[in-house]
Amino acid sequence: MLDRNDPSFWSDLFETVLQGTGETLYTVGISLLFTVIFGLGAGVVLVTTEAGGLLAKPFGSRAWGIIINKVLDLLVNIGRSIPFIILMILLIPFTRLIVGSFIGPTAAIVPLTIAGIPFFARLVEIGIREVPIGLVEAAESLGATRWTILSKVMVAEAVPAIALGLSTTIVGLIGYSAMVGAVGGGGLGDVAFRYGYQRYSPEYMFAVVILLILLVQLFQSLGNFAARRLSHR
Amino acid sequence: MISVDRVSKSYGSGDTAVHALENVSLNIAKGEIFGVVGQSGAGKSTLIRTINSLERPDSGTVTVDGADISRLKGAALRSARHNIGMIFQHFNLLSSRTVQSNVELSLEITGMDRGARRKRVAEILELVGLEGKAAAYPAQLSGGQKQRVGIARALASKPSVLLSDEATSALDPETTRQILDLIRELSRELGLTVMLITHEMDVVKRICDSAAVMSQGRILEQGTVEGLLTTKKSLLGQALFQLGEIPKNGNTIIEITFNGVTADRPVIAQLARTHGIDVGILGAAIETIHGRQTGRTRLELPGQREIVTAAIEDLRNQGLFVEVIGC
Repeated sequence: MLDRNDPSFWSDLFETVLQGTGETLYTVGISLLFTVIFGLGAGVVLVTTEAGGLLAKPFGSRAWGIIINKVLDLLVNIGRSIPFIILMILLIPFTRLIVGSFIGPTAAIVPLTIAGIPFFARLVEIGIREVPIGLVEAAESLGATRWTILSKVMVAEAVPAIALGLSTTIVGLIGYSAMVGAVGGGGLGDVAFRYGYQRYSPEYMFAVVILLILLVQLFQSLGNFAARRLSHR
Repeated sequence: MISVDRVSKSYGSGDTAVHALENVSLNIAKGEIFGVVGQSGAGKSTLIRTINSLERPDSGTVTVDGADISRLKGAALRSARHNIGMIFQHFNLLSSRTVQSNVELSLEITGMDRGARRKRVAEILELVGLEGKAAAYPAQLSGGQKQRVGIARALASKPSVLLSDEATSALDPETTRQILDLIRELSRELGLTVMLITHEMDVVKRICDSAAVMSQGRILEQGTVEGLLTTKKSLLGQALFQLGEIPKNGNTIIEITFNGVTADRPVIAQLARTHGIDVGILGAAIETIHGRQTGRTRLELPGQREIVTAAIEDLRNQGLFVEVIGC
């Protein structure tokens, strides 16, 4: 047990928690980057490969559209249905293949990204679905290309919803990152587990909890603020 | 300018198939304002959407400004669409873009450079009466203003055809009138050919040169509005001036259609004076539109058959369109 009367106790705590926060932000930040890139793409493809969608007939055939749509939908569902703690363990060989190790903040990025992509993809899909079909038709009537319709109409109009989805995803990733931390992924979860649990320090535990609450509050508020600013409905 | 030739389109197949269009043909001359009226489900919407190929016909041909749009694809179709503007019932403006930016979208699509776009947008916003609204978002505008943005967006790329899909159906009567007048004005000023669909008869009365009446995927009658009004048993005529049901009391009942020139003549007084008939007015719908009086009056002419027949003959000789609808 840690001695809270030790003169360096509080400065150690401060330093450890600060480092943990840094690691958490790093892990979450990098996985968020990949999540956004792939999740946005997957969300767009999910909507557009549906019957009557912009990419209903990729490579000139509806069959391809159906296949791509169904496979992607299945993947997203699988990704969302495996509890993160199991997904994390399942992915260990894959993580090792990519990062070279399955321990540490960088290794934690892999399962976080894999869990984040389907989550964000669904939110993007929902956001784009909310865009009235009439807007797409208006752009078509102006002679817009599919790419223009996609980028300047569908995604552009869904931006406020996507911003909210983004903050929800960040909150989710912060939660997952604490779970990875507990099994060697570093970050605040690691601090809470090693100091708070294994070394019975309520001070560490408390500090981590407060920081997590602050982080979640911060990102959720940022998301809400961005969505409000971006929406002109 | 627009030619629709034997176009058919159905949805679904077998017994449940819906024939949205059945062998529809029509021609719209350059600079004309052509209205298609009919109840919802008549196929109007499908018809107008074949003009810019948002909907492809199963058979038949749609030609716009010489191009067979029903068969164009890819870049050729997109460039043909630059020549056909379209406005919608629910405006379909991008909520994330300002008025300026919404109109600019049309020019971004045609590939105009930024400087030229700015200039053109300012020009067209002034034309539709939206000066000073460039920085506003659609949510801050009234319905009429939103439709003006729609019109500006549709016309920014200087098309020669404007399609209007129930463009005034979501607006109140006064705003409807303003928007219709704007469309008419722009059509005259820019030599624009306009095809509009509507279920509001007022729209036809107010701006259309020609019209077609649709029901269940077929065109029942078409022609110039003036021509249709002076055609016996014209559906358009009956729909435009609804006078209610016809009483049956043995007296002769006639309807006189006024069309600009004749309306200011004291027809009824003359009838009473010259022929000695106690004319009864059963109904009338007469309106002044763009300085011309248009409308119908339903009169009851009691009395001896010979006198009444002579009176009707006399009215016809004055150049009036008279229909005997009951006797």
